[in-house]
Amino acid sequence: MSPFTEARMHLAVELTAAGRHPAAARWARLDPAVLLSAPHHAGLVRTAARRGLDLALFPHTFHPDGGPLLDAVALAARLAPVVPGIGIAPTATVTHTEPFHVSKSIATLDIVSSGRAGWEPAVSRTQAEADLFGRKPAAAPAQLWREAADAIEVVVRLWDSWEDDAVIRDVATGRYVDRDKLHPIDFEGEFFSVKGPSITPRPPQGHPLVVLRADEEEALPVAARWADVVRISAPDLADAAHARDRIRGVVAAAGRDPDEITVLLDVEVHLAADRARARRDLAELDALSGAALPASSVRVLGPPTDLADLIGTAVSTRAADGVTLVPLALPPTSTSWPTRSSRCSPGAGCCAPAGQAVRCAPGSGCAVRSTTTRQG
Amino acid sequence: MSATKQIHLGAHFPGVNNTTVWSDPAAGSQTDFASFVHFAQNAERGLMDFVFLAEGLRLREHRGRIHDLDVVGRPDTFTVLAALAAVTSRVGLAGTINTTYNEPYELASQFASLDHLSAGRAAWNMVTTSDAFTGENFRRGGFLPREQRYERAAEVVAVTRALWDSNGAEVEHHGPHFDVRGTFPLSPSPQGHPVLIQAGDSAQGRDFAAATADAIFTLHGTLEAGQAFYADVKGRLPQHGRSADDLKVLPGVTFVLGDTDAEAQDEAVRIRRQQVSPQTAIAFLEQVWGRELSEYDPDGPLPDVEPDVDNVSITRGRVRHARDPRAVAQEWRDFAAAHGGLSIREVVIEKTGRQSFIGSARTVAARMDEFVQRDACDGFILVPHLTPGGLDRFVAEVVPELQDRGSYRTEYPGPTLRDHLGLRHPHAPLTRKESA
Ligand SMILES: Cc1cc2nc3c(=O)[nH]c(=O)nc-3n(C[C@H](O)[C@H](O)[C@H](O)COP(=O)(O)O)c2cc1C
Repeated sequence: MSPFTEARMHLAVELTAAGRHPAAARWARLDPAVLLSAPHHAGLVRTAARRGLDLALFPHTFHPDGGPLLDAVALAARLAPVVPGIGIAPTATVTHTEPFHVSKSIATLDIVSSGRAGWEPAVSRTQAEADLFGRKPAAAPAQLWREAADAIEVVVRLWDSWEDDAVIRDVATGRYVDRDKLHPIDFEGEFFSVKGPSITPRPPQGHPLVVLRADEEEALPVAARWADVVRISAPDLADAAHARDRIRGVVAAAGRDPDEITVLLDVEVHLAADRARARRDLAELDALSGAALPASSVRVLGPPTDLADLIGTAVSTRAADGVTLVPLALPPTSTSWPTRSSRCSPGAGCCAPAGQAVRCAPGSGCAVRSTTTRQG
Repeated sequence: MSATKQIHLGAHFPGVNNTTVWSDPAAGSQTDFASFVHFAQNAERGLMDFVFLAEGLRLREHRGRIHDLDVVGRPDTFTVLAALAAVTSRVGLAGTINTTYNEPYELASQFASLDHLSAGRAAWNMVTTSDAFTGENFRRGGFLPREQRYERAAEVVAVTRALWDSNGAEVEHHGPHFDVRGTFPLSPSPQGHPVLIQAGDSAQGRDFAAATADAIFTLHGTLEAGQAFYADVKGRLPQHGRSADDLKVLPGVTFVLGDTDAEAQDEAVRIRRQQVSPQTAIAFLEQVWGRELSEYDPDGPLPDVEPDVDNVSITRGRVRHARDPRAVAQEWRDFAAAHGGLSIREVVIEKTGRQSFIGSARTVAARMDEFVQRDACDGFILVPHLTPGGLDRFVAEVVPELQDRGSYRTEYPGPTLRDHLGLRHPHAPLTRKESA
């Protein structure tokens, strides 16, 4: 049996307006106004969807160095109706925001995308971010992640606060809803209390996907309890394998089946015709920003086959269940993004980087949950 | 008479009160995105200024339980509007967002994002609701004293405007409600500032609108009440250095159309019976009487017992227009007697929410035009009773009549909502039209 038979592989992409590199927009000669326009972002997601990627992630931060950043949920909602197929998961920070608002906004993203939504809860660490709200000081990671766990719990419980069949439209009794199927959540925690129920009916997927970054020790228990997808970064595949094992361990310890979560390794990519060209591009980017950008995770600078090799190895060695492509500069390289292998039948949940066949058992869960669950 | 005033129209997506008839066979989903798409695209076909979404941040309760007789629940305002930006190209996108349970930095980012992503079509209906009941869903919890609601709202607007205008410079604000310091990540959006709408009727609310808003959403339905309100709010503008054109007065109105006026009247009666089911009639009664009256027959006479004036919280989570319940009860009894002994349901049908405009398309267009030309308002926010098709007939029949009268546009005047409403760009002294 091929070692790939059991392997699940997921491909996600992190879509910033111009790419992760701070000089990406200037390097690609993108008009700053274009970075804030919907057609530009729609083009990026459309490319990702056409290439058969499972999931588009839209980062967000309140940190002032984040560059020109549109609200990620609004951006995702603007794109969802015009780009079919692909899963859509914006970051929503939970440190200074209202869990009640976050819950209904992600539920609604699920509605407008017909059940393709996820979200990536993130924390705001800095005093600079705290100062934008002025409600409380910056906090240490342990506290931030305790609060994030509460926020995620509230978001998810609010999704569940409406039973699926709560709307009855019973003309005989004059009742629009069966109010016995609407439930307060009565959450009371260390940081806030939320009464519920939600003002938004249960979203099509019930639970839109929860994507969590678990590089930090304090985030592990939160991921163990709540994540469907765990994002990791690692300098190499050996480290990634170690991180993945750890995560699967804490997930199991939390009483969940580790096979139900998907660990995605960040891969910074800059694709070009050959390695020399890709390295030259990066040198140009670094020169423009005045400093070499340190790699945040495994990095591929080269032709698409290099990326395919890396992904194949990552999955076959169980270093990850798939990868999150983090393009250093968009959109010039987007034309050379990897594609799902044409040898796999649609719906088999099977994806592969360009030129590489990966066989997966049908239904092995390669497609993100958002494309496979019930639409209510 | 001077040049014909141009009518502005907003399209209110049917909401969570008994105006919306969910029991009709033609009533579709209140939640599916397809309903919003149908509604918004039709508003755009009708060249309307904007689509409007209301929002309340806690499910309404009646007698301590979730009120189950009207539509319950709706999707998130921002998210729906952002998605609608993808399937429309000209119509404005107006969202009701609370100033008490949101923070200015995040609001500034969300509205600027919506304005960028819609190429200049965002509007914010600023509401100030601050009851403890709603607060239980939020971090700040509790309750903001009534007199502080508008103080906070004004400070929210001041901070969001400073951020929208900041262009990368650091903003520092210290006030009674907020301490905000930092830079804003977005360059000014196409409209500079999203269009600001205010909904609230107290003297404070009117002053807040006169000082800050581009449009005011009111409930003054009759010509005379409208004229008085119009004169009042427009009269408040000069003291804020603003002119009459800077604030549009837009009452929320309902309408019923028929091939003839008589047919429309019949249809109006039919719709009122749908809007006031037997159960809803009793709920209205309980709201006025402040006590449980479930044993009463909706087709029987009004109760003899007096309202419980101390029980003001029988319904929670909805906008209250407080009047002395004893006076209302007496008025209802007198009304029932004067009309030959009307039943509970008949009284409620007559005394709550009669439609604003009833008639053939021509009649309705003429009457609406009269309201605008005689300065009862600058236009209307249309509140149809059916989702998603409630505007269809208005667009097909009334819009052409208004156009024939010369008081409604035949094409959008520009790309942005400010263009539609004839509002200045906040950083330009004159609109395009004025400077042309
Ligand atoms: C026409 C109209 C529409 C309103 N719509 C909403 C709404 O959708 N959501 C909400 O929370 N409050 C809504 N309000 C409530 C107002 O924001 C405000 O809280 C209320 O009118 C009390 O303020 P006031 O004392 O100035 O009238 C509305 C008010 C009016 C007059």
